[in-house]
Amino acid sequence: MTKTIVELQNVTKSYGTVVAVDNVSLAVSEGEFVVLLGPSGSGKTTILSMIGGFTVPTEGSITINGEDMTGTAPAFRPTVTVFQDYALFPHMTVFENVSFGLQMRKTGKAERQQRTEKSLDVVGLSGFGDRSVDQLSGGQRQRVALARAIAVEPAVLLLDEPLGALDLKIRQQMQGELVHLQNNIGATFVHVTHDQEEAMAIADNIVLINEGKIEDYGPPARVYLKPATLFAARFMGESNILSGDVESSESGFVVVNTAIGKLKVPGICEIGAKVSIAVRPEQLHPGTQTGEEIIDIGEVQVSEVTFQGTHRLCRAVPTTNQSDLSLLLRLPPEQRVKVGDVMSLYANRTQAVLLEK
Amino acid sequence: MSDLKGRNKKLKYFEFTRWATQPALIFTLIFFVTPLAIMVVISFWQRVYGKLVASWSGANYIKFFGTDYLLESLTNSIEVTLATTAISILLAYPLAYILAYRISPKWQKVILIFAVLPFWTAYVVRSYSWLLVISENGIINFVLTHLGIIDQPLQMAYTRGATILGFVHFFTMLLTLTIYANLVQIKPSYWKAAEDLGASKLQVFLRITLPLSIPGVAVGAFITFVIAIGDYITPQILGGSTEVLVPQAIMLQVSRAANFPMASVMSITLMLVIVVVYAITAKHLKMNRV
Amino acid sequence: MRLLRNLPSYVYLVLALSFIYLPVVVLVLFSFQDGVLPVFPFTGPSLQWYEKMLANERLVESLMNSVVVAILSSIVTTFLGFLAAYGMARRKPRFAGGIRFVLMAPLTVSYLIIAMGMLITLNLIGIPKSLFAVGLGHVVINLPLCFAIIYSQFGDHLRNIDWAARDLGASDAQTLLRVIAPIMKPSLLASFCLSATLSWDEFIIAFLLSRFDVTLPVIIFEMLRAGLTPEVNAAGTMVFAISMLTIGVSAIFVFIAFRGKK
Repeated sequence: MTKTIVELQNVTKSYGTVVAVDNVSLAVSEGEFVVLLGPSGSGKTTILSMIGGFTVPTEGSITINGEDMTGTAPAFRPTVTVFQDYALFPHMTVFENVSFGLQMRKTGKAERQQRTEKSLDVVGLSGFGDRSVDQLSGGQRQRVALARAIAVEPAVLLLDEPLGALDLKIRQQMQGELVHLQNNIGATFVHVTHDQEEAMAIADNIVLINEGKIEDYGPPARVYLKPATLFAARFMGESNILSGDVESSESGFVVVNTAIGKLKVPGICEIGAKVSIAVRPEQLHPGTQTGEEIIDIGEVQVSEVTFQGTHRLCRAVPTTNQSDLSLLLRLPPEQRVKVGDVMSLYANRTQAVLLEK
Repeated sequence: MSDLKGRNKKLKYFEFTRWATQPALIFTLIFFVTPLAIMVVISFWQRVYGKLVASWSGANYIKFFGTDYLLESLTNSIEVTLATTAISILLAYPLAYILAYRISPKWQKVILIFAVLPFWTAYVVRSYSWLLVISENGIINFVLTHLGIIDQPLQMAYTRGATILGFVHFFTMLLTLTIYANLVQIKPSYWKAAEDLGASKLQVFLRITLPLSIPGVAVGAFITFVIAIGDYITPQILGGSTEVLVPQAIMLQVSRAANFPMASVMSITLMLVIVVVYAITAKHLKMNRV
Repeated sequence: MRLLRNLPSYVYLVLALSFIYLPVVVLVLFSFQDGVLPVFPFTGPSLQWYEKMLANERLVESLMNSVVVAILSSIVTTFLGFLAAYGMARRKPRFAGGIRFVLMAPLTVSYLIIAMGMLITLNLIGIPKSLFAVGLGHVVINLPLCFAIIYSQFGDHLRNIDWAARDLGASDAQTLLRVIAPIMKPSLLASFCLSATLSWDEFIIAFLLSRFDVTLPVIIFEMLRAGLTPEVNAAGTMVFAISMLTIGVSAIFVFIAFRGKK
């Protein structure tokens, strides 16, 4: 049972009448790579800021490493924050930047030298010590910011959208390096981002946040395949949402009356409740099949096709449909589809997710 | 983290930044606001037989506005300052204009600095040096007499004109700076657009450049007015004792009669004049980024 | 041809510059006067007045006084202005508008009035007329400028840099001294130089608030009242030269500092 290293208990942050973080409780285990994911303004950065000590919660408590640190200044927490704009000290060299934290701790010169060089080495910037900050590229500055943070060997590293300013290719590269770094130094990482692909690529656990509340929490695969809320289903990639009423519920299955017919999916719910069924585009398959687990989606007509390299993204409208429902599909690239084609679709019952409205 | 022991762990982050403004604020309150407040209070007191009496009356104000020579000092000051401001603007504007638009960019800064250099000589010295030029034995009289243009030396020093001359010399440089700074900010695309639409050079100046340069003129003029009306040295050195301006009158009250109440009355009146001038020019002072 | 078209402009430029430099030239010229009166005719260059001036102990002393007052008051001014600008920039205090108004107010009041007010107040507090009082007065008049200059240079990026430094363990003093101040160096330097120049030059506050030890402008005024001799010219020229030197050096410092930044 791994130890909980950061714990938020009923933490609320309000600015006047605006509630940025609403009664959030969260536990981060030691050594895990946790990603706080959410749209802009969701409160994820505020939560990070409170863990780091730059913002004080209006209510609730924050415990780090067993000690209550709700009102403690950042310097006295075993956390270090890597800021979105890196906040490198422009008047110092790379070496001076990285060794700053050690200097503040009055570490001996020899030890400081050794640990600074080690940090630079770990991020892949050995020999850059003498360079001045303005000579570096965006990616290099990011590494210096990381090196500066890990030089003091914090228990928890907080990252505030550190990859936001980087180009796509470098960003993907850095994602891998971050995971690698975390394994290397063994610290707990709390990483804030709005990019759900990034979150899925690097996280051990994703905390999905919206409007100050936690929508979902779990490993990337679980959050993606079995989202807990409607928001989660929509935010983590694309989802087809079929809403309807529960008609009957027995032996672990629920029959829902939707616009495309009655669908039987796993779940427990009371009769008459308004629910949604979420099915991912890649979970809809063309053709017909029989089997205990197959749901027949029915006949659809393709209204849009976009080639996306690895698949064709299609919009299709159920032919029997009265409402404006349109479904998103991903078809293999070699399958020739064009607008106007009619096809049948089926899905696997166990992949469909039942959600409260 | 134990290496950082000894400091208040529970100190919430913003404490320090909260009180960082206090020292400057307290200093200003003690050494600026309080003196002004005291002056206001004292202006309602009186000096009776060498002692300060808290009589709380407007007697001094009445005396000030009732005494001819004292009131005259106020009107003199306003006249002189207005004349100074006007003449300085008239001299400085063309100079700033030439610097901004007729001189090649690489020379502009150099000539500007050169033109403004004497601004930085000690104020006392700069005023005094005009005496060397305009006094009876000064350059102007020397040259004119030698050329036979005049028989008797002209009496130029120790007159109102001399005071204005001394002021204008100083403030022309100041106004050149502020107007120049404004002019170089105006985007050339405005003129091009105006010309494109059919405006002549004169119209471009009158309808585009001039209005856009008003903030620079206003700022310079305001600073000129404030400094000039409160200046003691230039009128004292160049104007002589034929005419008394408010600062000189104040100094007389302070040094001769030690009549601080009266001096306060005059100071406050001066400040009120400045406030009125500010109210009038305030809307022109905003230099928007055009 | 360009030259001809701009001829009136060039003429005006020359005339204007002549007007501006006329008294300065005369001043310097007559400081080398070989005679008693600083008037025409100009008889040969002579250094006698410079010798006399340098031998004038009181004058040399006042020169030292001016320098000391300028430097010390500027250090205080820059320090207070820096702290205030930092406080304002990092976290807007509740009455930000009001505080700014009070801090900038001295700019709109004539030096004479400030001097008088301080004269009365210092009397009441019990601080005697002295160079110290003059220094206080100079801080009052220069503080608004320092504050304005430094505050205007506080960029947004400083918030995270401030936080990063504290996160890594820096105390308030360490953050200010080792991180913020070095970054703000150009404006700190500019403020210091401006304050020093204005203080060095200043007359009325120095006149009213000093007693026996005076600053250079006051001495020169005294000399003027005593009578016009070329010694005043020599002193004046020297002041002019020193001012030029100070400004030149300051400008170079500030220019280098600002160029290094971004």
